[in-house]
Amino acid sequence: MRKVAMVGAGMTKFVRRALETPKELSYEAAKTTLDSCGLSLDDVDCVAHGTAPDAFDGIHQNGEYMACGSGGWNKPTMRVFVGGATGVHAIAHGWYHVASGLFDTCLVVCEEKMSSAMPHAQGFFLTIFDSITERPLQPNLLWIFALEMNRYMERYGYTKEDMALAAVNNKRNGLKHPASQFTDEVTVDDVVNSEMMAYPVSRLDVSPVSDGAAAVLLAAEPVARRLTDKPVWIEGVGWTLDTAYWATRDLSYPRYLDKAARMAYDMAGIREPHKQIDIAEPYDPFDYKALHHLEGLQLSPRGKTVELLRDGHFAMDGNMPMCPSGGLLGVGNPIAAAGTMKACELFWQLRGEAGERQVPGNPRLGVAQAWGDLMQVSSVVVAGI
Amino acid sequence: MKEKVQVSGGTGLSAKDVSSGKIFVTDDSLDCAYAWDTGVAVNRYLAELKNGRIIATECRKCKRIMLPPRLFCELCYVPSNNWVYVQDTGVINTFSICHVHWDASRIGEGEKPHLPAVIEIDGASEGMGIMHLLNEVEPDQIKIGMKVKAVWKPEAERTGSINDIKYFKPIE
Ligand SMILES: [Zn+2]
Repeated sequence: MRKVAMVGAGMTKFVRRALETPKELSYEAAKTTLDSCGLSLDDVDCVAHGTAPDAFDGIHQNGEYMACGSGGWNKPTMRVFVGGATGVHAIAHGWYHVASGLFDTCLVVCEEKMSSAMPHAQGFFLTIFDSITERPLQPNLLWIFALEMNRYMERYGYTKEDMALAAVNNKRNGLKHPASQFTDEVTVDDVVNSEMMAYPVSRLDVSPVSDGAAAVLLAAEPVARRLTDKPVWIEGVGWTLDTAYWATRDLSYPRYLDKAARMAYDMAGIREPHKQIDIAEPYDPFDYKALHHLEGLQLSPRGKTVELLRDGHFAMDGNMPMCPSGGLLGVGNPIAAAGTMKACELFWQLRGEAGERQVPGNPRLGVAQAWGDLMQVSSVVVAGI
Repeated sequence: MKEKVQVSGGTGLSAKDVSSGKIFVTDDSLDCAYAWDTGVAVNRYLAELKNGRIIATECRKCKRIMLPPRLFCELCYVPSNNWVYVQDTGVINTFSICHVHWDASRIGEGEKPHLPAVIEIDGASEGMGIMHLLNEVEPDQIKIGMKVKAVWKPEAERTGSINDIKYFKPIE
């Protein structure tokens, strides 16, 4: 396999409702990415793009409809389609296009426009539940997260205040991200006292619905070295699926992620991720998920994550900053684009280009992760400089 | 420190941009209808629910007694066609108290919150839960680990559905 690097990155602002269409959002992110490394579409050999559920847009076979926004015209183009895991999965997907030797460059573009779905995008998640044994109970998407969060908290004796610490950390980091849809800092009290939606989930435990897109350009080693003196290498990728019978799993531990993380670390030759990784971008649609995922990523011992968080281990100046981008809680959560935004963050952080929110100490190795569907799919990318 | 974060587009709209007519919006609404055949394994599960009983299947290899029943064990990928009756009691594995409807609208004044739970059914393998609802309990009294029992619809009202169990309620 050939070495593959990220050589460019770009994104749109994440906003509650965007003027741009999904195609236009994709174009903005992709074009900015190409501009960032001085390339044009002619230099792109293939396209890996992602947008999560067709139902948000109400357009059947949305991927093909969207493709030209991602630069897919007259090129080998493939869509990745694994819900929330899409944004990082698309990087893995683009990686093997190039690593295989088939293509020298791959433009990876992920987009989501959630605001078109009326009255609220949440309603369209109902159809992920089992159509016969679960949907007749009229479930709602929040249930599944509330059930998982409650089990996780119960298992280790964590409190709502403990979980809120992750929201506070990520939202604080996100205020320094130029694409963030937020302007206000929050405190633990703000989170805990925000509207109770589905115990134990309060409103500020949750990332917002957003519109947006993000992209990276991948290149094979010789091309990457020609384009930049600071390629950010894709050191490892991993992805796995767990069973869709989610209620029969141990909800306190993300097994779906354990294997994906080990796959990526093995490829990267990482034996002690908790010591070797400098920056972590765990997927954080909910505050508890950031912590749950740090455990699945083998970056924190099970049940010790809150202790480490309180000790500052995951702070910007700690040993392993968590979500320096701000994550989904601090930047926004346009589903597929959110995971790619995390890969963009590794790109900027490892090159020392993150400006005000630059992690100190010249970080050299980072991991980004995304997760989706019935708490089922996880995708992981390890990047290094 | 220099910042080279590349951001372009993502022009935020306000509600007023839309209501004032400055931004044109095209509406549509999709009405999709389906009739799902319930399949080999779940069909029998539903038939037994109609009889007021819960039935599971056992994997021939790992011996997991699984709910909902399945034609094959997805872990071992071998048939799981040994049918086993389990109890209509269980333990709350986890629960929520939900104040929001499916479309994100809030439950009304005087309306009860939804009480979904994962219930580990007695007689099935450890950790083998199903999602269902709780009732006949004050929300603040619900605890993980609480014993519960199914409350069935009257026989004449059962239709071969997961809703033939109205809900689970705590037992001492
Ligand atoms: Zn088995």
